[in-house]
Amino acid sequence: MVERSPVLNMICHAILIAGALIVCVPLYFAFVAGSLTVAEVQKVPLPWLPGGRFFDNLQLAWNKGNFSRTFANSIIVALGITAGKIAVSLLSAFAITYFRFRYRMLAFWLIFMSLMLPIEVRIVPTFEAVANAALPLQWILDTLHVTDLWLWISGHEVLIALEWNMVNTYPGLILPLIASATATFLFRQFFLTIPEELCEAARLDGASPLHFFWSILLPLSVPNMVALAIILFLFGWNQYLWPLLFTTDKDMATAVIALKGLIPRSDSEPAWNVAMSGALLTMLPPVLVVLLLQRWFIKGLVDSSK
Amino acid sequence: MSAKTRRREEAGLKRANFGDGPGLPTLLLLPQLLILLFFFFIPSLRALMQSVLLSDPFGTNVQFVWFDNFKTLLASSDYRQSIAVTFWFTAAQNVLTLGSALVLAFATDRIVRGRSAYRTIILLPYAIAPAIAGILWAFLFNPAVGPLAQVLHSFGIAWDPNLNPTDALLLVTLAASWKHICYDYIFLVVGLLAVPVSLMEAAAVDGAGPIRRFVSIALPMLGPTIFFLTVMNFIYGFFETFAIIDAVTKGGPAGATNILVYKVFVDGFVNLDLGSSAAQSVLLMSFALICTLLQFRYFDRKVNYGV
Repeated sequence: MVERSPVLNMICHAILIAGALIVCVPLYFAFVAGSLTVAEVQKVPLPWLPGGRFFDNLQLAWNKGNFSRTFANSIIVALGITAGKIAVSLLSAFAITYFRFRYRMLAFWLIFMSLMLPIEVRIVPTFEAVANAALPLQWILDTLHVTDLWLWISGHEVLIALEWNMVNTYPGLILPLIASATATFLFRQFFLTIPEELCEAARLDGASPLHFFWSILLPLSVPNMVALAIILFLFGWNQYLWPLLFTTDKDMATAVIALKGLIPRSDSEPAWNVAMSGALLTMLPPVLVVLLLQRWFIKGLVDSSK
Repeated sequence: MSAKTRRREEAGLKRANFGDGPGLPTLLLLPQLLILLFFFFIPSLRALMQSVLLSDPFGTNVQFVWFDNFKTLLASSDYRQSIAVTFWFTAAQNVLTLGSALVLAFATDRIVRGRSAYRTIILLPYAIAPAIAGILWAFLFNPAVGPLAQVLHSFGIAWDPNLNPTDALLLVTLAASWKHICYDYIFLVVGLLAVPVSLMEAAAVDGAGPIRRFVSIALPMLGPTIFFLTVMNFIYGFFETFAIIDAVTKGGPAGATNILVYKVFVDGFVNLDLGSSAAQSVLLMSFALICTLLQFRYFDRKVNYGV
């Protein structure tokens, strides 16, 4: 604080209160609507105070959205993405910063290039890739005319038709989202700040690379991992496009996708009370994570976007 | 130092490292590279190939057509409308988000009491999925039951995002901005903490008021952050708002909210026009490429004085 200026302070508080209100208004009305009956929610004007049906509506939304199943799916997918991304990025970052090998920079640039290809822009080919993960192999075989070659060598005709369908499976929901350039860079950045002496000492003591990684590098990375894990959990929980495409089976849908089914369409009963209860339920886990782990959350957010 | 003279210094490699064997690092990189190969590189390559092919919806008849898909695309009024919509949507969202975030960050920086309480509340939308943010605002502005729509109606405004294209675009812009202000906000708050107090004090002694100091000292120092946030806002607006569009307007009415990434989805999965969808993917990829290169400039700069 450079000088005292009570008037400006008042204005600043007013601005922040206005900002907080703008954040809270939709949440408050979701709560109000979620506590009314269907008849009450259609009244004009909408009541400004909550009614008494909050828990009934929560239960209704829980059943209608198949949430006992879809919440479990969301948790599995979010945790799978989080664990997978962290594991894969830690290993890559370790390889890139601590090893001298010929294709080091090539690997670095391949990972970096994936940053340029947000998954939304190539939905159709990636969908094909998940619908049949063996397709690329098949494609390579076809292009190289392996079957013809085999026919020519052995005289037997073989048909190679590889298929690995990942639609409606957890790997299909998780794997395409696991590769992560940003997480790799975050760990790379962090490894570069670790004193050289640690590695030198480990080598003098005869520790193997993996031993060094496991007992020195990993424990040092825990704060970064926690911060990143929070961001990745939110990312995984809030995924929309992939689960929408890959889950034709209702039992494999995630909570956010199940919620979409609760929104009233023009030809159905305007059950906005149930829809809003469902919205509150679905946003609860990530909101709790942010509220409880705030300090780590901010660190993760600012770090992982470098 | 002797190690440095012995071998050429390599970018991003620890001076103390584990020798030259290629086996272990390859093994460590394998999971990441395999996933990239299967879900990034091959699909992207196939998008490139599909974009120069013409095939019927069942994939039985495939023809190589050079750049016809691109020509048809750029000539179609639907696609041009989609470009215009995406541009206005993203630009408006960017101005709204960054503007509000700057004002809020300035206010947060000035006050002492209650800072963390405000920050906690303003950060909340980050935890909320774009789809849910869209649904919340769709309810508030629902012409039949929404409380805010009722307020508008009471002023005699015939608000209806299901029929009126402008209203629909306004609705998704509001929802998208509401969800994203917190992101810009936290970066600006963190950025303001890095502005040296001594500089501010010196300016105050010279008679510059708080707002003047913010505009002429803090803002230029936030330059790289603001640049980075602008790029990130564009990426957010282009790609991540897909969920808002799909949950709220489905691109309508009359294509008023049919942003580019939504059009790729509709043309590819609903209309099964694979060639056109792939051509659109390729155009979007080039855009993403430009954004990433811009982002890298910021990233590079941070590396230089950060580590």
